[in-house]
Amino acid sequence: MKGLKTKRIEKALCLLFVLMQAGILTLQAQDKKDVGEIHGNFDMQAQYYNIDTIIGAPIVDEKIRMNAFSNLIYTRGKFSAGLRFEAYHNAVLGFNDQYRGNGIPYRYASYTVDKLDITVGHFYEQFGNGQILRAYEERGLGIDNVIDGIRVKGSPLKGINLNGLIGKQRNYFDVGPGIVRGFDAEFRVNELLKKFESSKTRITLGASAVSKFQDDNNSNFTLPENVLAYGFRGSIIRGDISLNGEYTYKYNDPSLDNNFIFKEGQAAMISAAYSRKGLGINVSAKHTDNMFFRSDRNNNSVFNDLFINYMPALTRQHTYNLAATLYPYATQPRGEVAFQTDVIYKLKRKSKLGGKYGTTIAVNYSLAYNIDTVTQNDLQTTRQGYKTNFWGVGDRQYFGDFNVELARKFNKKFKAKLTYIYLHYDMEIIQGLGGKPVVHANIGVADLLYKINKKHAIRTELQSLTTQQDQGNWATVVVEYTYSPHWTIAVMDQWNYGNPDPSDRFHYPYLTVGYVKNANRIMLSYGRQRAGIFCVGGVCRVVPASNGFNIAITSSF
Amino acid sequence: MKNLIAALIILFSSLGIQAQDEGRVIPGVKVQDINGVPFNTDQIANDGNPIVISFWATWCSPCKRELNTIADEYPDWVDETGVKLIAVSIDDSRNIQKVKPYVNGQSWEYEVLLDPNGDFKRAMNVNNVPHTFLIDGNKKIVWQHNSYSPGDEEELYELVQKLANGESIN
Repeated sequence: MKGLKTKRIEKALCLLFVLMQAGILTLQAQDKKDVGEIHGNFDMQAQYYNIDTIIGAPIVDEKIRMNAFSNLIYTRGKFSAGLRFEAYHNAVLGFNDQYRGNGIPYRYASYTVDKLDITVGHFYEQFGNGQILRAYEERGLGIDNVIDGIRVKGSPLKGINLNGLIGKQRNYFDVGPGIVRGFDAEFRVNELLKKFESSKTRITLGASAVSKFQDDNNSNFTLPENVLAYGFRGSIIRGDISLNGEYTYKYNDPSLDNNFIFKEGQAAMISAAYSRKGLGINVSAKHTDNMFFRSDRNNNSVFNDLFINYMPALTRQHTYNLAATLYPYATQPRGEVAFQTDVIYKLKRKSKLGGKYGTTIAVNYSLAYNIDTVTQNDLQTTRQGYKTNFWGVGDRQYFGDFNVELARKFNKKFKAKLTYIYLHYDMEIIQGLGGKPVVHANIGVADLLYKINKKHAIRTELQSLTTQQDQGNWATVVVEYTYSPHWTIAVMDQWNYGNPDPSDRFHYPYLTVGYVKNANRIMLSYGRQRAGIFCVGGVCRVVPASNGFNIAITSSF
Repeated sequence: MKNLIAALIILFSSLGIQAQDEGRVIPGVKVQDINGVPFNTDQIANDGNPIVISFWATWCSPCKRELNTIADEYPDWVDETGVKLIAVSIDDSRNIQKVKPYVNGQSWEYEVLLDPNGDFKRAMNVNNVPHTFLIDGNKKIVWQHNSYSPGDEEELYELVQKLANGESIN
């Protein structure tokens, strides 16, 4: 069956290319100059795996594994068409092994006429903050829930944007079983109403509805085949102050994720910001309850398959290795209440405290708790599961992060950045590992950059993580030498010197050499990589330990 | 599969002959300005002066290193060459609310655009950040660079100066 399907797709693509070719030839005859443009990119990573069982690296039968993709986009005026070729032989460790073989899982054509914007084939999309719908890609993490279908966008009046879509979501080299239908409307009040045209207060309002359809094939329950979610959002900006909020309600959506309870789902987010030159403040809060929203109710994969909505964590996204990959937080769609405050302040140049070039201070504090709920008796309540106290903070703290960062340029040659982080991390909840402790960790990082001359620079990171729990203390040293604009050479060692089991106190050395020319980059690395959680945006991927040789190439044209 | 590859090769060869080498025009994609107001990237302009487009994110250290380094020199760059830098944040809804406070907190003078779902990033074929483009006075992309090492900004500025002087950079 699958072979047939692939053949059909290939035939269709052949036809498309031949048509494009014919189109180009006609265009060439008509107008020699504008035949459109074709551009794209390429990305590849391949790894050779050594056997290294003591750090827990899985044995890789193929020895070599590789992921690659290439996008090709053709544009001519208001017309655009494109495709992506992807290859996994087989997918590198940490990726779902449903990525296997070659294919063209992304192809589209779109054009804009007047105020109408039509896309057929695959498209990425986000309504509002993505709380109700977000089709996106994070190639480095293997996440791609692109929708294959039809999308029509329009702007009937200045200040109004409408967007309607229908289709199925990508699931590796296949599509999910559910059909996703969505509609979104956005109103910019200042453009719509004359009265507000010159007002200093800018108001934007939005509303969306998303529904999914999936056959009820469950023998135990009568399940809703259509599940609707709707949401509202708004933002007000006045000078230095802005206020932003979004609310989403989802009707009962029994699924493997929520153990087939017939309870509604809710998500609410509110965020306020104040900023002026040299000062930025952002305070936000959110409430999430039973918000698993996938186009397949029987999929509860940890790889984030077929999610319709997007619920990022309300925490600081750390970049230093130990803080970023040992204990990162991910939103608990089952339910959480979270708060975050973020302040950035720049001490003035040439001031007593600020020094010659000024000093930046950034403070961030975030907390996540369970929601306040009362368990219901299923026999009496039509399987509601529990009752929620909206915005009620529960008694279990999932996560806490207090961090301070100081950055200062001392002179033309020397810059330093010091970071302190305190983490409270409930492993049992966040990583779903029963019996694991709550980790309390103190992390310190010194990031020092010394510019030897115009082109040569050396940067070091000294990182320390201390904790009584889990794997105990860690230290990381990074030394990076760069020769602008082409060369980088970096060595890193991570050392679990405080592991409670002395025989597990491993070193993880890693050497990288990189060469960049314009938009082409090639990187060779060799060494041990610790098991960890790699995150981009709000989503994370668990990567097992490995040892070996890695080559990565990226290129754009 | 063979037919498919053959069709692709024919297609690209004919396009390749005709369409390359002239520099690409900035594709028109809907993004947002720093206040969330829709903005079409085909409106990017700088009165015939050079433009730098730099893709970055609040969670990307090398990106911030690059933009903070340039920020120190930026007033001179503008005076000397009339260049405009557009910093395109690819932060998604996790961090998008922090972009404006960060930009103001660091006192950046750049024009900032928000591309929370990566539409502009995709249209410009950016694999990862930082990725910097240089646009000439005719709004053609004439140079691009992926990643950042200290000192890269000097190469960029030399190219900006060449463009401002009407020289070709290829």
